[in-house]
Amino acid sequence: MGPSVMPTSSREGAPQPPPAISATGLRKSYGDKTVLDGIDLSVPAGSVFALLGPNGAGKTTTVKILTTLVSADGGQARIAGHDLTTEAQAVRAAIGVTGQFSAVDGLITGEENMRLMADLHHLPKREGRRVVAGLLERFDLTDAAKKPVSTYSGGMKRRLDIAMTLVGNPRIVFLDEPTTGLDPRSRHSMWQIVRELVSGGVTVFLTTQYLEEADELADRIAVLNDGRIAAEGTADELKRLVPGGHVRLRFTDPVAYENAASALRAPQRDDAALTLRIPSDGSQRALRLLLDRLDAAGVEAGELTVHTPDLDDVFFALTGEDGVPQQPKEATR
Amino acid sequence: MSSLALAVRDSSTMLRRTLLHTRRYPSLTLNLLLTPVMLLLLFVYVFGDVMSAGIGGGGADRSEYVAYLVPGILLLTIGSTTIGSAVSVAMDMTEGIIARFRTLAIHRGAVLIGHVVGSVLQCVMSVLLVGAVAVAVGFRTTDATAVEWLLAIGLLTLVSLALTWIAVGMGLSSPNPESASNAALPLMILPLLSSAFVPVDAMPGWFRPVAEYQPFTPAIETLRGLLLGTGIGHNGWLAVTWCLGLAVLGYLWSTSLFARDPK
Repeated sequence: MGPSVMPTSSREGAPQPPPAISATGLRKSYGDKTVLDGIDLSVPAGSVFALLGPNGAGKTTTVKILTTLVSADGGQARIAGHDLTTEAQAVRAAIGVTGQFSAVDGLITGEENMRLMADLHHLPKREGRRVVAGLLERFDLTDAAKKPVSTYSGGMKRRLDIAMTLVGNPRIVFLDEPTTGLDPRSRHSMWQIVRELVSGGVTVFLTTQYLEEADELADRIAVLNDGRIAAEGTADELKRLVPGGHVRLRFTDPVAYENAASALRAPQRDDAALTLRIPSDGSQRALRLLLDRLDAAGVEAGELTVHTPDLDDVFFALTGEDGVPQQPKEATR
Repeated sequence: MSSLALAVRDSSTMLRRTLLHTRRYPSLTLNLLLTPVMLLLLFVYVFGDVMSAGIGGGGADRSEYVAYLVPGILLLTIGSTTIGSAVSVAMDMTEGIIARFRTLAIHRGAVLIGHVVGSVLQCVMSVLLVGAVAVAVGFRTTDATAVEWLLAIGLLTLVSLALTWIAVGMGLSSPNPESASNAALPLMILPLLSSAFVPVDAMPGWFRPVAEYQPFTPAIETLRGLLLGTGIGHNGWLAVTWCLGLAVLGYLWSTSLFARDPK
């Protein structure tokens, strides 16, 4: 295990419900290649958990194990309170999975795909029809419902994929790289879908290689690198793991600027912009200390901003040079 | 839901999917019908006179050879149709939706059972179509009773079931549809090497074991006996044993292949 961060706020008193997903020591090798080298995970019910990592880190293998698709070589996991290996069918009944590659039947229509799912979830005919119509409407597929899926665009296929996953009203949804290969608009609509799921009380486990996506959606993030969890925590906690955070003070009055510069120890000066940069982890205590010093010196800054390192910094610091995702950096923005 | 009810319900859902594919894309099925129909026409209209002369010591007319030929063609039709099943299973396994099925709380065998039942129905349909062509070119049964008809249909269904399970195993063990089609080719070649076109007695001695020790010859002889009143002898039991053996083997092979972790 790499550095782990304790949650900063825990609800005291209220009994913690059992986690929706928990795993200890998951291992998997293919031949002599170790893909997962002892993974521990715990995902509270109703939260969004992001498994972030470069290609080949083992994200998809983790999802395949947790969704009963492949068996782990070692370790235990419980999903929705059921043991992964001994109660696989009960696990399957609780989850919905959208894999990395579209799990739709291209030879038949969107509506037929949905009906198929309704039947496999053993919904009564009328209820099945109602659920299918509702989901097609919700995912903006009603107009295309009678067309063969092979004619759908990438974004439409992905929406159908998610819609099929939701037919059984799963309480835990796994999304393996849900936005890879989608255009920005489709990506944002996918994010919206995830948020709606969570507001409906669903637990979402997603994998992504986009830092922005994990930052945007996830309550907690685990950085997976080379088959191990390199770090785990909220986006903010992870950002505090790496140096580079600072507080920036901007002044309009050159006198105040000079006073502040002498009151504070070793600020980086930008005399032209009347801006001081003070290394800081951005914590409440550090900020109070800074403000006390400014107060004592009797200066008031025109503007104060706290800069935490973004997830890019964290990601590159944790995964090293060869962990750089293959996408150009612009694509993650 | 009891596990049997679950199995029946999920398998029939999967069957509906298979049939939907067949109905939506009939070209694969129809292509596979071309070979048996072409062979039938070729052997009746082109080689017919020569073949007739070779049958029954040279005195036979063409209608007698048609009668001799058709049971073999019907079984060849089944072999040909199940090649299609191997291809569609292999094709299906490359689809992402199979992974989805594996993560659903459904009966584990439903996907394969759906394919198998669909394939058997397809075989029966194909046999009926080719049988209609056979009747059009002059095939007539000789006083087959209702029981013999039922037994003939039962035999054709049993052969379809046995070959389908083998074909499904071939489809599952193939990495792609092309290699599935190659792997399943023996299902089409074996009837060519059986007593479908000429009696085993008329073959060179070294070749006879190939024709004798394979499932198509006893099945063809049994079907001939049922439809044309020729002697069946031990061929009936032999055919049933071959079919049951192949069906069980194919079933065990296919289900163990499907139970493996997907790549």
